[in-house]
Amino acid sequence: MNEIRIQSEPFDPNIEVDILRAGNPAIGGVVSFIGLMRDINEGETVSTMTLEHYPGMTEKSLQTIVDEANQRWDLLGSRVVHRVGEMKPTDTIVLVAVASTHRGEAFQACEFIIDFLKTRAPFWKKESTPEGGRWVDARHSDDEAEARWKL
Amino acid sequence: MIKVLFFASLRERLDKESLEMETEGLADLGAVLTRLRERGGIWADVFAADQTVMMALNQEMTGADTQVQDGDEVAFFPPVTGG
Repeated sequence: MNEIRIQSEPFDPNIEVDILRAGNPAIGGVVSFIGLMRDINEGETVSTMTLEHYPGMTEKSLQTIVDEANQRWDLLGSRVVHRVGEMKPTDTIVLVAVASTHRGEAFQACEFIIDFLKTRAPFWKKESTPEGGRWVDARHSDDEAEARWKL
Repeated sequence: MIKVLFFASLRERLDKESLEMETEGLADLGAVLTRLRERGGIWADVFAADQTVMMALNQEMTGADTQVQDGDEVAFFPPVTGG
């Protein structure tokens, strides 16, 4: 079961993982990545952050990434949940959880999905700081992380 | 006609979410970009040759040499920063 969800409401990543593993005794391991909002970025205090996305394309691009992961590894399910709209420090921004028979495939697939989400899925962060609002710049290190997978 | 969408910092700088464009004479996405640049002012700045602008055709990320046709949905946006 592969679930992809974009939502403005907060969510509990633990519940998502419970749902992912429920009722499938073939699952030997689940690897999850939980992305959190920090209160400092580029040396400035960030009070809130607003995430914009491209409805339609976002879901499509995440589906493509998850499909690719399923082609590369034997997976027993995955869940990708991403928040949009306004959030505050400590909030969960994103969850990527992958289940498989053994840990190796789950670790790799989870990292693959988050790496490509960061460079291919149309989300944009805008931070509120004491200096005003600012759009977050893309990181070169994210491109390098993606390039390791050699698509 | 094609529909052209703008997101994030591009949308803010242009003060525009979307517009419609005649397809006549538009070979590819690069031509769409050039036509936007030719509007001048802030449009020339946002779509200047040294700016990193990403693009999508019908909700799939692609490059400037991708052909466009009537009814397509085109989008321009800055590098993505989700996750």
